Amino acid sequence: MTGPGSGELEPRATSLFGDEEVALVDLLDRLLAGGVVLVGDVTISLAGVDLVRISLRALITSISPVERPGTLAARAERADERELEAGRG
Amino acid sequence: MSDTLTYVYAIARDVGAVSGLRGVGGGPVRTLEVDGVTAVVSDVDRGEFEERALEERLEDLEWLASTARAHHHVVDTLGRDHLVAPLALATVYFDDDRVRAVLAEGRETFAAVLDRLAGHAEWGVKIYARKGGGSAPTEEARPRSGAEYLRARRKALRDTDSALDDAREAAGEVDDAVTALATATRAHRLQDAQLSGETDPMVLNQAYLLPIERVDELRALVASYAEHPRIRVELTGPWVPYSFAQAAQGAS
Repeated sequence: MTGPGSGELEPRATSLFGDEEVALVDLLDRLLAGGVVLVGDVTISLAGVDLVRISLRALITSISPVERPGTLAARAERADERELEAGRG
Repeated sequence: MSDTLTYVYAIARDVGAVSGLRGVGGGPVRTLEVDGVTAVVSDVDRGEFEERALEERLEDLEWLASTARAHHHVVDTLGRDHLVAPLALATVYFDDDRVRAVLAEGRETFAAVLDRLAGHAEWGVKIYARKGGGSAPTEEARPRSGAEYLRARRKALRDTDSALDDAREAAGEVDDAVTALATATRAHRLQDAQLSGETDPMVLNQAYLLPIERVDELRALVASYAEHPRIRVELTGPWVPYSFAQAAQGAS
């Protein structure tokens, strides 16, 4: 975990060569809720998108170790351990 | 019936022939132009995008992630040198003629959207409440009893609540200041800690459409909050203007 103030001012690169640096969650914020909305010949129903939003959390949790190695799962695990330790007493 | 569909990435202006750029599923990116308005497209596999398949696919996050990245790759690459209005993810038509018809029909709307986006880029500002709101987390002795543990836990929760309120207030100040620089703003949902991978709670997730010449002011503004005790400000961008490409979007 990085301390406060370290590297926070450098914006994440969102350009081609920094693609991996674009957090998937930031990208999906934009791609699912933004963009020119045209009714394509093959459409995703609004209900479908809502469904995506609902299930996104669980899905992203499951894929994150691949997307962003070592961040999410590791942090969640650490948080759980802290929680356990605090409760043990 | 053809076994491909035409996937549209963006509406653009003054994009000539595109070469060497690959889109969703690896197909080469092409352009279709009608009266000066260009659609950036590629062929995608019909089976993969037929309606039912698509609904199922959207539940498959690996597919969603790779499609989103491929879509982003195309609009971001073209957006560096051209004016682009990205489309929402997975907009597909039966064939090129259908896309040309849509371009012709929506020509004025698209031109207006492109005019509004010209000379601008999108920036994202995410603000997190600093844990403990500046006061270092206290390394207290292990609670000796269950009651003591619960008291400590309740106190911790109260402290968290007030730290969150302070953080929200500070975030509001940042939002006002960035809004003053921006042409338009748009709120995104706060990202759950599980989604963002951050341990600090998010209190603001906002997109700003900023004139390109004001970028330095934005950076300086964000930098001025670097040592803020209550909040941590994260800047992302420049993005192609995903959050501001909707035709019906009013200026704010």
